[in-house]
Formats: sequence, C-alpha cells, structure tokens
Amino acid sequence: MGMNLAERILARSAGRDQVAAGEFVMAEIDLALLHDIFAAQVFNLLRDTGLDQVFDPDRIVVVIDHLVPAPSEAAAAIHQSIREHISRLGITAFYDAGRGICHQLLPEHGHIRPGDLVVGTDSHTTTYGALGAGGTGIGTSDMVYALATGQLWFRVPETIRFEMTGDLMAGVSWKDVILHLAGRFGADGAQYRAIEFAGPAVAGADMSSRLTVCNMALEMGAKFGLFAADGVTDTYLRSHGGAGTEPFEPDADATYEAVHEIALSNLEPQVALPHEVDQVSPVTEVEGISLNQAFIGSCTNGRIEDLRAAAEVLAGHHIAPGMRLLVAPASRAVLGEALETGVAATLVEAGASILAPGCGPCFGGHGGLLAPGERCIGTHNRNFIGRMGSSEAEIFLASPATVAASALAGHIADPRKLGASDG
Amino acid sequence: MADDILRGRAWRLDHDISTDVLSPGAYAVDPVEVRKLHVLESVIPEFANEVVAGDIIVAGRNFGCGSSRETAAENLKALGVACVVTESLSRLFMRNAIAVGLPALICTGIHAAFADGDDIQVDLVTGVVTNVASLVELRADPLPEEMRRILASGGILALLKGRSVA
Ligand code: SF4
Repeated sequence: MGMNLAERILARSAGRDQVAAGEFVMAEIDLALLHDIFAAQVFNLLRDTGLDQVFDPDRIVVVIDHLVPAPSEAAAAIHQSIREHISRLGITAFYDAGRGICHQLLPEHGHIRPGDLVVGTDSHTTTYGALGAGGTGIGTSDMVYALATGQLWFRVPETIRFEMTGDLMAGVSWKDVILHLAGRFGADGAQYRAIEFAGPAVAGADMSSRLTVCNMALEMGAKFGLFAADGVTDTYLRSHGGAGTEPFEPDADATYEAVHEIALSNLEPQVALPHEVDQVSPVTEVEGISLNQAFIGSCTNGRIEDLRAAAEVLAGHHIAPGMRLLVAPASRAVLGEALETGVAATLVEAGASILAPGCGPCFGGHGGLLAPGERCIGTHNRNFIGRMGSSEAEIFLASPATVAASALAGHIADPRKLGASDG
Repeated sequence: MADDILRGRAWRLDHDISTDVLSPGAYAVDPVEVRKLHVLESVIPEFANEVVAGDIIVAGRNFGCGSSRETAAENLKALGVACVVTESLSRLFMRNAIAVGLPALICTGIHAAFADGDDIQVDLVTGVVTNVASLVELRADPLPEEMRRILASGGILALLKGRSVA
C-alpha cells in the first residue's frame, strides 16, 4: 500500500517498511532544536535525570533568538546558562543572540534535509516541511527524553491534501493563501493531522513562500505541514551549504483522509482579525480600520523576499503620522542582504525602525509591545489575545505587502491599490 | 496512577483557549510558583485564586492551541487541576499534558453537557464522563496504552528516570 509523505517520514524514522495513519511508533530523531525560552530548562531537567549526556551532540541545534538582545537581567542569565550547558554537552551547532530566528537559521545553514524527522521545543517547527522534512513541536519533558535517548513516540497522523491550482494575482502572496486556508478550514481544521500542500500551483511557490505556508500550517493544528521535495528544494539546498536532493514525494497510490481542491487565481489579499488566526477576511472587507503599529518580521515572513515585498510598497513614501513600523529581519544574513541591496535603506527612509535579527515583538516578550486599546498589523503568525502586550490590544495578521500598505495609510489598506507586485 | 476515577468541580471554558492564555508570554521564564498565578487571567481573572486541588477543566474546541510551551499543562497541574476534558484539543497540549502527567481527554458533547461549577466525574480507564447532578453520561476517547503508561509513571521524565535506574 502506498504511503503519503508523513507516513514515509515516520516509517523511515521507525525503521519500518510500512506504517499507516493511527499507529504508534517509536521513531529515531534526525535533529533536535532548542531555543532560549526552553533550552536552559531542558538542559537542567536532563541533568536532574542523572543521565547528563545527549544521544548525539551533532544532531542538536541550539539558538538564542527569542529574548534578543537580552531585555532583562533574568534573560541574560538564561542565555549565560545555555552557553555553559552547550559547551559542557559538546553541542557545536549553536547560534548565539543576533544570528536570527531558529526557523530561519536551520534551513539557511543546511541543517534540514528532505525526509528528516525534526523535533523542536517550538510549535512552528512545522516550518521545515517546506523542505519535505517532518518537523514538529514538542514540550520540554518530551525534549529531555528525546535528547537522552534519540527517540520519541509518535502517532502516525492522518493526512489532508490541498491540491492547489491557478496563479496568484499581483499583490497576493502565499501568506494570503495560508491565511485563507486557516480561515476556511479553521484553527483546528488539521488538528492532529499532517497537511500536504500539492497541485500544479506549488511549483510556482519559491522556498520562502513554502516556509511561510508550513510555518502557519501549525495554526490549523497540524503536526506536519509538508511539500514534496522538487527542483525548488534542490536549488535551495545547493545554495545553502548542502548537497542537492532527489525528489521526495508521496507514493502515487498514497491514501488521504481528505483531498481539497483550492483555486488560487481569484484569491484577494487576506487579513486575520483579532483574536483568532482563523477569523479571516479579504482585505477589501476590513480596509480603513485604524492602526498604531505595523510589524514586518518573524519566522513566518521575515525573509529577504518579505522585506523586499514591503520595500516595493514603501519606496518613496513615508508611513502615516502616528504609525510605528518595526522591522525584524529573520537572520543576520537577511539583514546583510537587505543592506547590500538597498532594501534596508528604503525601509528606514519610509520610517521603519530596524530591530535586531530575532523574534522581536512577535511573541510579546519585549521590544514593540502594545498598550491597551492599540492596534497592530503584522506579518507574523498569531494574533491571540495578549500576544503582544496588553490583552486589550488588537492584532491583525497579513502579508508583507498588506502590512506595508497599511503602515503608509495608517489603517488597514489593500496593497493592490498602491500598485504592489508581490506575486 | 493511584486514582482512575476523578471527581471534582468543573470549570467550564470556551473554545480556542490558547497557550498564551494558559501561560502568558510575559511570565514565560518565571518559576512555576509565579507562572501558575497568571493562568487564564485574561479570561477568568479569579481562576488562579479560586481553583482548588481536584478541580476539572471542561472546555470547548481546540483547547491549548498555540505554542509548544509545556508550562500551559504544567501550570494547570501545579494549581491542582486533576484532568482536562475538551471537545477537541491541540496536539501539542495533549503531548505535553501526558508528558507532565496531567490526563487530557477528548469528549464530544462535553461543552454542552456541563455548566460552570457542575460536579463532574471522569473514569480514566473507561473514558466515561458523568455530570453527577444531571446524570448525563458521555464517553471520551480512551487514551492509548502508550499514553496511559506515561501517565502511570507520573510523566515522561519519571519514565526516563526509571529507565536510567533500571
Ligand atoms: S518569530 Fe515568533 S513565532 Fe517565530 S519562533 Fe519567534 S516567537 Fe515564535
């Protein structure tokens, strides 16, 4: 019987010829990711078990990205403790504060290969499905178990397949596609399931777009969000420090819980409204809602392609009076490219503040929080109540082009009316 | 686990209770004694003060959606919550609840069958959930054996310690 991508990944990891949805397997982990919110705690717990060693120091990546630069003495102390732990445990793949966000750095530095099983102490570990890898989030206790043993239990998920056809309109991006899917199928539309993003339209999605889509697959409850590995994957891997790849695809006779046809050609720019990612409207229905802050960044949309899309909208204009525009590049490499290509200058001239590469205000830890009654539109992935400061603030989510157009207008605005071309 | 039959007061919560609500980001790196005081404060400000050991959470769809933060489950356990019964719950919350030794069940119809403060009984072995006053009985999905084994050890770390001793 044929296997879909999730089944192929878990069968290989469990050393089995065949697995099917619903089975429990003990799987070998290819890569484990920890970031600064949880790493020190995990390493302390590991020490407390008495097994103070890791299954393979070369298959663990640690990133300091959330509290960057350290906004408090407590955060600085946590960073210090992480540095001590990793040198004691012999972990060499370590990205210190300022290098960027974990989900940007792992693909960017060639840590992710198609077919890998990757666990991270971060829900958006699903991002790596863009490269055909089974990435999924786990908690701290599960991570301690995974680090100690190199294994973890998994339930083989059912898979939903989206067959996507048609070309996106100018001014519409794959962020709009995933917001639309979240709105249509709901925040629990893929609960416990894997999603395969497929169909003729995906050939036109570059790696940056695929990373955006798989990042937000989690916001539909997905365990994995997966693209097959194809020519786009091969090119990306070769240009990011690794060997190329053979195609990694589902079997032709693979089975799915559901297959949905999604036509993209009439899709408008989308906006998620407070306080749920699945409260989604076309931008034309929410234009004019006034704003205080705009944010471009995060592991969802902080790549050079995203900064460039925003810069195209902002070039030669200035953000509206009373607006604040924050830009947090997803990595130092992204910031470097933005500087080299003039994108950074365009953003700053338009009134943007550039933050250190990292998570920035995305999760409300520091740097760009909201007061009661304020509204922010951002390119990130969550608009939950209290996510960016006050629980009386409101967060809207949209594409980089829509966020940039809204920053100029001072209210939610349609990027197509400004002649953006973020296809 | 010592007690397979749990009985307590139900706290009825809405749909889509996220990890940001269960464990607000501003206290992400604080110790559990601090974190637990902020559980649900944006939706039920009095929750942390009034919840007592043995209380049971009854929630709507997509409980625990959001981040991987295990503190969402750990905070509830630290406050003495005995069990979480929901219409549906996020995969990460489920994983983390099992990992910290907090039973979490999916039970269709639970949200309509209970009012806030109702007396609820949950049988972890059979999955039978009873509203003690109305005698309405529902059946939750039973937990797979792998999960029950971890719960019985008191969580996955206890399981790991057992393994390192053995
Ligand atoms: S950018 Fe936001 S969503 Fe991404 S890892 Fe950082 S805090 Fe999480």
